[in-house]
Amino acid sequence: MQLSREQLLQAFRSMVKIREFEERLHIENPKGEIPGFLHLYAGQEAVAAGLCEQLTERDYIISTHRGHGHCIAKGCDIPAMMLEIYGRAEGLCNGKGGSMHIADVTKGMLGANGIVGGGQPIAVGAAIACKMRGDGSVAASFTGDGAANQGTVFEAMNLAVVLQVPKVFVFEMNGYSEHTGGSYSTGAKDPVQRIRSFGIPVFEADGFDFFSVHDAVRQALEISRNGGGPTAVYAQTTRYYGHFEGDPMLYRAPGEVERLRAGNDCLQNFRRRVTQAGLLAVDDLDGIEIEIRALVDHSVTAAKAGRGHAPAELLTNVYASY
Amino acid sequence: MPVKTMREAINEALHQEMARDPRVIVLGEDVSGGAGGTSGQREAAGGVFGLTKGLLPRFGEARVIDTPISESAIIGAANGAALAGLRPVAEIMFADFVGVCFDQILNQAAKFRYMFGPNAKAPLVIRMTMGAGMGAAAQHSQTLYPLFTAIPGIKVVTPSNAYDAKGLMIAAIRDDDPVIFLEHKMLYGESCEVPDEPYALPFGEAALVRAGDDVTIVAFARMVNFARAAAETLAAEGIHCDVIDPRTTSPLDEDMILESVRATGRLVVVDESPPRCSLAADVAAMVAERAFGYLKAPVRQVTAPHTPVPFAADLENLYIPSPEKIVQAARATMASR
Repeated sequence: MQLSREQLLQAFRSMVKIREFEERLHIENPKGEIPGFLHLYAGQEAVAAGLCEQLTERDYIISTHRGHGHCIAKGCDIPAMMLEIYGRAEGLCNGKGGSMHIADVTKGMLGANGIVGGGQPIAVGAAIACKMRGDGSVAASFTGDGAANQGTVFEAMNLAVVLQVPKVFVFEMNGYSEHTGGSYSTGAKDPVQRIRSFGIPVFEADGFDFFSVHDAVRQALEISRNGGGPTAVYAQTTRYYGHFEGDPMLYRAPGEVERLRAGNDCLQNFRRRVTQAGLLAVDDLDGIEIEIRALVDHSVTAAKAGRGHAPAELLTNVYASY
Repeated sequence: MPVKTMREAINEALHQEMARDPRVIVLGEDVSGGAGGTSGQREAAGGVFGLTKGLLPRFGEARVIDTPISESAIIGAANGAALAGLRPVAEIMFADFVGVCFDQILNQAAKFRYMFGPNAKAPLVIRMTMGAGMGAAAQHSQTLYPLFTAIPGIKVVTPSNAYDAKGLMIAAIRDDDPVIFLEHKMLYGESCEVPDEPYALPFGEAALVRAGDDVTIVAFARMVNFARAAAETLAAEGIHCDVIDPRTTSPLDEDMILESVRATGRLVVVDESPPRCSLAADVAAMVAERAFGYLKAPVRQVTAPHTPVPFAADLENLYIPSPEKIVQAARATMASR
């Protein structure tokens, strides 16, 4: 399917937002102003964008502990996200969630999740709501090498098939289950077949290629939006940084990240594809990068100067009432 | 005597018990790390906090088992291995993740012996990190010992220093019951004198950390440090405190707490958990029932508020009980009469 110029620009903008956001956090984190853990998404941008560019605000996603990219791709506000990650009162979640729990339910982003495999059953519930509304909306969940072996994910896949709900299971396999290789932690020789055996059609994609992911998602959505039940997209990808910021990545071969960055980067792949085909000009793409860099820069400055909390704010939002 | 961090002390206990008893196995996520990695470095982690370092190279893959991220399978497998004669030490990386596998603790491990009779025993240890202070937010910071303490059939250990941690870990591994061993992550780097040789500390025996006649302060895990700091401040004001570290919340050394309260007549209980159904509430109720006549002032509880753990550093600092709050509570007990 040929994307329009506007769609191509929007897709690139989404991926650049994620990349710039994460690269900047990698630089800012050692300065010690950001509380807690950061799990960066750089390298995996094509997966989040390949899905979310085809979703609307009526559709839901639920994310993982590596959630910034999903959030950005679903349209969450970048300055508000940065404020959240710095723990400021004006943050997207009032500074109470942080990187691992970042969410914007008004945008159908039902949260990053600190519990591996916590989100997939929740997305089945959102898909029940979509089905009841009958408006063709869907719920999607992201699953990595780690969550792929949680019982919650198997239960969610089975329930989604039993209920025939509009749920897209997006498997984005960056090769690692924290510090352990995915090839060790998943016993099945053919993990795609394992998903199919639940009764879920799986569309495989090259997670380094936005267009490949986009095409697989398009096929999945065609089924799930039209009453065909749950579907799955399975993409191999990579992460450029550790499981968390500060992870020395002793489990990865020396030069592995550099080789992937130089030879199979999803943003560079996109650039090459659209410029060689004459769909977008280099200036279009460069302009977006400059614009987003400024946005991220402004967001960091604003986040550093963000408001602290009044003590009474500790006690708010425990319940909706009382 | 050598000085060791709590991290080193627990690691040493695991090494010594694995060397002593071939039935001891370790299993969990990234307990060695590196399996299936591209570097070929087999021990790439040794636990995310380094607690299980060096076990894999020394004891091998049969006894040091890296698992997928599958908490129910980890604890279920530890239960089964324990029933079948091994002595597993399973790791739940953050205590919060216990939500994923709670059935295996609540309905399985805790009840085998009572349901199956005296031939059944499940000598497993479940190690978990706990506690706020790292900005790790609502799903990586809870101190869930009140939840575990409420379950009959489980023993619960909450060490506050490296010396106790080593002795209690060795006791936990040698114990014939399921033991949940909670390691406060803000204490991993704290050090004290720890003997090189193995030793076991008995469960249900509190430590009198500091002695004084005016107020009894009972505190758990990291809060013991805060209580000690508060007691120093109070001593300068002429208020002298017994500071009691129960060390295990199940069994609980009720005798030492009661004996102290009978002498001081004043009690402050410090618990990093939210107040409802907390250890603070549990100890306060026990004292109210059994030493009411000795109390000269209402019992004061210093706890976290009834909220999840917030992410932002300013809110997290407000959430965690502080030495200042303990000082204020002790002063309030003194002012009552």
